[in-house]
Amino acid sequence: MMCEERSKMKEETKKLYTLLVYSENIAGILNQITAVFTRRQVNIESLNVSASSIEGVHKYTITAWSDADQIEKITRQIEKKIDVVKANYFTDEQLFIRESGLYKLSTEKVLQNPDISRTIRRHEASIMEVNPTYTVVMKNGKTEDILNLYYALNEFDCVFQYTRSGRIAVTRAKQEQVSEFLEEREQKH
Amino acid sequence: MRALQAEGVKTIFGYPGGSIMPTYDALFDYTRGEKKCFDHILVRHEQGAVHAAEGYARVSGEVGVALVTSGPGATNTLTGVADAMLDSTPIVVIAGQVAIGALGTDAFQEVDLVGVAQPISKWSYQIRHADDVAWAVSRAFYIARTGRPGPVVLDFPRNAQVEEIDWEPKKVDFVRSYVPYPKLDNEAVRQAAELINNAKRPLALVGQGVELGNAQEELKTFLEKADIPAGRTMLGLSALPSDHPLNMGMLGMHGNYAVNLKEQECDVLIAIGMRFSDRVTGNLKTYAKQAKIIHLDIDRSEIDKCVKTDVAVIADCKESLPVLTALLNTTKHSEWRESFKDLDQKEREKVIEPAIHPTEGPLRMGEVVNAVAEKAPRGTVLVTDVGQNQLFATRYFKYPEKRSICTSGGLGTMGYGMPAAIGATFATDRTVCCFMGDGGFQMCIEELGTIMEQQAPVKMILMNNHYLGNVRQWQDMFWMRRKSFTKMMNPNYELIAQGYGIPYQAVTDRKDLKQAIEKMLATKGPYILECAIMEEDNVLPMTPPGMNVNDMMLEI
Repeated sequence: MMCEERSKMKEETKKLYTLLVYSENIAGILNQITAVFTRRQVNIESLNVSASSIEGVHKYTITAWSDADQIEKITRQIEKKIDVVKANYFTDEQLFIRESGLYKLSTEKVLQNPDISRTIRRHEASIMEVNPTYTVVMKNGKTEDILNLYYALNEFDCVFQYTRSGRIAVTRAKQEQVSEFLEEREQKH
Repeated sequence: MRALQAEGVKTIFGYPGGSIMPTYDALFDYTRGEKKCFDHILVRHEQGAVHAAEGYARVSGEVGVALVTSGPGATNTLTGVADAMLDSTPIVVIAGQVAIGALGTDAFQEVDLVGVAQPISKWSYQIRHADDVAWAVSRAFYIARTGRPGPVVLDFPRNAQVEEIDWEPKKVDFVRSYVPYPKLDNEAVRQAAELINNAKRPLALVGQGVELGNAQEELKTFLEKADIPAGRTMLGLSALPSDHPLNMGMLGMHGNYAVNLKEQECDVLIAIGMRFSDRVTGNLKTYAKQAKIIHLDIDRSEIDKCVKTDVAVIADCKESLPVLTALLNTTKHSEWRESFKDLDQKEREKVIEPAIHPTEGPLRMGEVVNAVAEKAPRGTVLVTDVGQNQLFATRYFKYPEKRSICTSGGLGTMGYGMPAAIGATFATDRTVCCFMGDGGFQMCIEELGTIMEQQAPVKMILMNNHYLGNVRQWQDMFWMRRKSFTKMMNPNYELIAQGYGIPYQAVTDRKDLKQAIEKMLATKGPYILECAIMEEDNVLPMTPPGMNVNDMMLEI
């Protein structure tokens, strides 16, 4: 965890950027990407890797606190890796963003206190499973929505476990921005 | 073997060992008799193999190849790989590896080479099966030599070396995720031309990119048309002939005085195939703030990395320079060029003359380099080690021909000189002169064995001052003269030369210098010329680290 002073400084000069990176499906690329962050001592806040809508191409969604200058350099150095197809960075306004939160609650407490169920409904979260011991709740949304539900549930002292996923995002542009690039490259070849 | 043959490999620098034995067994047939198509140079240490491959690549323009075993063989190559990465040198390192079944078990001589090489190589890849060989080797050479060149590391597990397959040649000349030659943006070129056409005091900074792009002629035409004076980086020294009238000398911490100061006076700065290393720019906060900056580079990630540019032309300079030149007005900047002269004169009086023509006291490095430069045949290749020997050699040597300089710029690898010079002799028939200090000479001294065996005609000039001279100079200047572990006890180099059967001569007296150099150059094969150098010789001028380039000092 960052110390308070650092976080404060971070808020003043830095922004949360989202990098969308597309790569070939070759072992070891994640290592190469994270090494670019490590070298500049930038912490990755969240990271999601999965197959993209283009066959054989993987998509990485990475968030990190940085400034425009630094994130530009990081992005270019990631894109320079041979098997990275494209790398671009975005601010939140340029993206549709979602994250998921899972909350494992004590069923006993949920039954004892109806406010817990009300809170779950009010936050538009859904109940995934209930058994005599625990209840699993899921919430999709932005970071703060998921955190807010966690804080609210925590007030009732009913949370066994809690986890939040990395961010996934799509750009506001029509297509995956990488498909045009690949088409153009293949055509030239 | 067939994959290497298909890539036009002629020379391999290597060292065998357990997990590369199947490949070495195959190599045996390809280095003799009917099948012969390679020369294999057995080095004495794997670091030497990679530096030799670098020297070979730098002088020939081809990809240098090193072949080593797994584990320590592989890790010994890493210094050279990092060196080639920072200096954009095209090499392919092929290292053995334990069979894939044993990977991850800490098997004998197993090391995660791809993992450790990734951040210091352009590409690294594990060839897990024989049917992957043709593709991977071709891809490796394609990546190493195209775009901004660099080192590629191939990790070659033993099972893939012994599997039998039907040979199917593959030629990689396209990687969809890799754009080696970005498309030239004509609008950027137009903007650059406009800036240059309106410039009163333009200054060009020429880097190794010009040599790598083979654009030496295009550069000359460009500079001559708009009459632009130019400084060269250390790696770009032979990109523009030293006797060219627009050559204003070397950039950087120990470069030439005028061109360093003029970086702070020019109105348009045109950087061509160079990366604004901190050794060139000094303090970035004050560097060339008055100037509009144009940056021509093939590597997009270099733009704005250190110095913010006004116009970036991202392309191969072989392509961009002629297009830019066509848009330039033919003009003269006589007054601006003349203004370098006073400063040049000042440097000549205060620094150069005392360094190259001293009249008393012990021998100095500058005069040794100058004397060799005067006697060496035109087109001699300069190889240096790292430290004062490098700074004196690069300052006072002459580069009338292209691809004439091998030196470790970015990584500053001591021990680079001797093996790189070996590599250079396999790339050219030109004379190869290698300047080393007593520190660097001992760092890869084992390669004297390679020189002996190959009779590689390396003219070694050992400038012995019994110090790690450059660190000693810094200690004297910035660390209160506390000479912490820089004085060095040396072996008897004459006996060492004898042991290897290499002709040797020592010079202690100025009056014997020229004759000794003539003898060295006239002797066929390798030669060691040891010069007893003044112990506390300093390289000047100097911009102290982190200072502004206009604070360059002519004296201490």
